[in-house]
Amino acid sequence: MMLRLVVTTLVVGLGAVGLLGAFVMAQIRDGLVETRVERILAESARDSAAAQTQMNASTAETPGELQQLVYDTLDALRVLGGESRGLVLLQNPNNSSETILNTGLSSPANEVSPAMREAVESGSAQPWQFVDLSLSGVPGVVVGAPLEIRSAGGYELYFVYSLADEEQTLALIQSVLGAGAGALVLLVVLMTFMVTLQAVRPIRSAARVASRLAEGRLSERMPVRGNDEMATLARTFNEMAESLQRQITRMEGLSRLQRRFVSDVSHELRTPLTTVRMASDVLYDAREDFPQHVARSAELLNNQLDRFETLLADLLEISRIDAGAARLEFDRIDLGDVVREEVEAIIPASEGHGVEFRLWFSAGSHVASMDRPRVSRIVRNLLSNAVEHAQGQPVDIAVSADKRGVAVVVRDYGVGFSPQQAERVFDRFWRADAARARTMGGTGLGMSIAREDATLHDGKLEAWGSQGKGASFRLMLPRTSRGLGQQPVLPLVLSEFEFPSVGERVPLSTDPDKGETP
Amino acid sequence: MSRHNRCMTSRILVVDDDPAVAEMIGIVLRADGFEPIFCDHGDRALDIFHAENPDVILLDLMLPGKSGIDICREIRAESGVPIIMLTAKSDTVDVVLGLESGADDYVPKPFKPRELIARVRARLRRNDNVAPGIVKIGDLEIDVTGHRVTRDGEMIPLTPLEFDVLVTLARSPGQVFTREVLLEDVWGYRHAADTRLVNVHVQRLRAKVERDPENPQIVLTIRGVGYKAGGTSS
Repeated sequence: MMLRLVVTTLVVGLGAVGLLGAFVMAQIRDGLVETRVERILAESARDSAAAQTQMNASTAETPGELQQLVYDTLDALRVLGGESRGLVLLQNPNNSSETILNTGLSSPANEVSPAMREAVESGSAQPWQFVDLSLSGVPGVVVGAPLEIRSAGGYELYFVYSLADEEQTLALIQSVLGAGAGALVLLVVLMTFMVTLQAVRPIRSAARVASRLAEGRLSERMPVRGNDEMATLARTFNEMAESLQRQITRMEGLSRLQRRFVSDVSHELRTPLTTVRMASDVLYDAREDFPQHVARSAELLNNQLDRFETLLADLLEISRIDAGAARLEFDRIDLGDVVREEVEAIIPASEGHGVEFRLWFSAGSHVASMDRPRVSRIVRNLLSNAVEHAQGQPVDIAVSADKRGVAVVVRDYGVGFSPQQAERVFDRFWRADAARARTMGGTGLGMSIAREDATLHDGKLEAWGSQGKGASFRLMLPRTSRGLGQQPVLPLVLSEFEFPSVGERVPLSTDPDKGETP
Repeated sequence: MSRHNRCMTSRILVVDDDPAVAEMIGIVLRADGFEPIFCDHGDRALDIFHAENPDVILLDLMLPGKSGIDICREIRAESGVPIIMLTAKSDTVDVVLGLESGADDYVPKPFKPRELIARVRARLRRNDNVAPGIVKIGDLEIDVTGHRVTRDGEMIPLTPLEFDVLVTLARSPGQVFTREVLLEDVWGYRHAADTRLVNVHVQRLRAKVERDPENPQIVLTIRGVGYKAGGTSS
């Protein structure tokens, strides 16, 4: 901004001063020359008249006398006009006199142009002309007048004036003006520079402070100096920062308090829940001895306690994540193993839903640095969500890897949800259809926790949905601390026909004991 | 139900300040043939332990008076009696702290009665499967029947759990045990559980049996897999 302002000022200043200078110079030159020419004309008129008078008053007849007369006249003219004035005396071409006079030139005759001579011969009153003097090269003025030299006939008298003085004066004025203009432009540029600097410095300081505030250093403030607009800006800015800091601190305090509360409540609930849990189990185990309605009550109590417990565990987990107290233990683990294990584990639970799982793995390893329990939990959540919404359609699962990350896509072809709902899927306690019951025992926190877990890994969990066409979830985890690459490992949505292109179909074992070391 | 009869004599000390929880645990334990003894204050736990000499201790971590962690440490200093923590917090720090102060196992609240009984049984079970004989591991000699571990004739005191870990490894020299397998064999977990249990107890075992715990020769770590017994050459 400063450079732009200075350059603009320089260009505009130079232009303005140049124009003004040119105008002033033209005015001065015209004035100077006009005055001089007026004087020249007056002087030459007077002198040519004086020369003619001298000629007429003379009694010279012989060529010698006439010659003497010419010399005298020219001498007199020289005395009158000074040394700087040149004189040219030429014989009129129409002069037929026998007497040839030596004209004693004090200026080269070629200063007088043929046009000038013609003007004199045609009898114009005092013709004059600007010329460039052939000797010195400076501009000059030539004034012509006819001169009758008694019996020697018609001659032409020319005065050659040099304008060297005027030119010198002009050059002097020009250089003075130029220097002045230069100084002026320089001064203007310098002033612009200073002014912008003064205006820009507080703005820059404000920008610096603002960026520090944005980084979270809330106690950063602008220095306030003096009592001008800049000080007002700084003061207002500081007031804003102050209020911002107050608000944020207050919110932080509130949310800390709230998180503590949630965590405390969860913990406090556990002690009575332990008793209730055990009591319910004892009742449940003895239900066969009870009358039917009591037995059924014991069953309901037991089932709902399971649900209550899961909810409490999820609540505690999310409050732990909110409090930033979640600690990850990283191991190098193959995502494919985790996915296969979770799929095989969920098959018995999803039997009533009639869902077929199809697992597609790309070639090579899918090893990444991850906290296994958390990643298992994410995958478990995606799978049970898919089962719940698949409406008996198959569920496709793809696992792939590239240099920077590993990914799993879980796709169902069931009810789906609208694109607007895709982002809300991760909201706490959110349901696409409030009327729909949770058949897989979800708490409504699973997806939120899953996304938090993915974020804790510096990974990404995203959702796609289309009404009636199903939903797709993609989990991407970085392989190392370098983080994910620019290119996604797998597309967010794969159609049913695209899954085979990911890789080999992996056979699944429905035997729950498979994989365990004997 | 012959096993139940044999366990009739097993006496369980329940240290918990919440009367409802303690009573309920008592009901569950009695139903499975154990004899519960109660303690509701941290300061009295050690006295009751001395007076009653229980077979297993169920220990709540948050107690009035002396904390569960301190009680655990003090009992462990004089006895290898199995200690199972009852913890309302499943936070990493608390669990690890409890295990490091000497607890053998933990059950996070709320738990199911079956879960609790399974944990208690697992700690008593080692009496069941005694395969007699002398097993060697590194320069150690293990008298399985007499529950004695000696190095150059000098006895090394181990808790029953540490003894179990050592014997399990020593019985299959060269075999690598994953943490999951050890959890199943030693702790009696049917499904994968907290592998930190294994890590913490292997550290404690090493501190007792290794000449240089920083450079273990008896219990070797196989990176990314688990543990195995060191060679018998010395």
